[in-house]
Amino acid sequence: MNRETSLPPQFNVGQRVLVDDRKSVGHCRTPAFVRGRVGVIAEVLGAFRNPEKLAYHRPGLPAQVLYAVRFRQHELWPAYEGTKTDELDIDIYANWLTPAAAI
Amino acid sequence: MHDGDDHSRTFQPDHDRGPATPYEVLEVAIRSILIEKGILTPEEISNRINEFDTRSPALGAKVVARAWTDPDFKKRLLADTRAALDELGIEIGEIAEFKTVENTAEIHNMIVCTLCSCYPKALLGFPPAWYKSLAYRSRTVREPRAVLKEFGTYIPDSMDVRVHDSTADLRYIVLPMQPAGTEGWDEVQLAKIISRDSMIGTAVVKAPSTV
Repeated sequence: MNRETSLPPQFNVGQRVLVDDRKSVGHCRTPAFVRGRVGVIAEVLGAFRNPEKLAYHRPGLPAQVLYAVRFRQHELWPAYEGTKTDELDIDIYANWLTPAAAI
Repeated sequence: MHDGDDHSRTFQPDHDRGPATPYEVLEVAIRSILIEKGILTPEEISNRINEFDTRSPALGAKVVARAWTDPDFKKRLLADTRAALDELGIEIGEIAEFKTVENTAEIHNMIVCTLCSCYPKALLGFPPAWYKSLAYRSRTVREPRAVLKEFGTYIPDSMDVRVHDSTADLRYIVLPMQPAGTEGWDEVQLAKIISRDSMIGTAVVKAPSTV
């Protein structure tokens, strides 16, 4: 991990973000089931080397800021059985996120 | 049974019986090349295996028991897991970062890695086979309460279930709730009732029933 050569955080806790729905090319860590979905930044987790580069023996720098993005389960899965406030937190790198319109 | 001294069938088959699988052959080949080229020594490999073998759920239980008995340590564990573990002499290495998530009366946390099988090995040792199964990985993110029930864990609707999909270089460990009836217990007593599954979030810690 190299925190010195990282990009600054672009999103704040509570901000709504859209997960890019681009197709995977090579190694990426963004699950397909949240691509194209909107979540909320739950936490800024720090800077991590980019796994999409590390997988190919590149340094993965500048490091990407990693965010815990929170989704409401019942929004992700229409038939979800549980509370309306059950949540799924997924760690997603900044290069997969763009700001989403506020509700 | 003893007629004819038939010992041809052994109860326990040899581990090395049968041809090696392609992956076993590949592993041996790569290991041999790494040693031959001086990149790794057999001693380094052996040391690494020994290091892994020191990691087991008992280590995680020790950390949880400390957090339950020392509120200041718990604060530090939640704020900076690496530094708090370092206090206890537990090194987590440089590959991944660690984060502790706390179960409360409002929220039950549960860990999964949908992409592969990322697991807090430094605190819990190697993952159980079910943690890596397609069923656990795919169902936990979409029907966690059903999965929990299969583990015998019933989370009431008055609580939220928060699933953490550990997709990055950040390993999660659940800090379970201390069960009622264990107030005043010391760390050693507490550590004995803290299960591996309670630190993955598929179980909760229960006080032993008083018979």
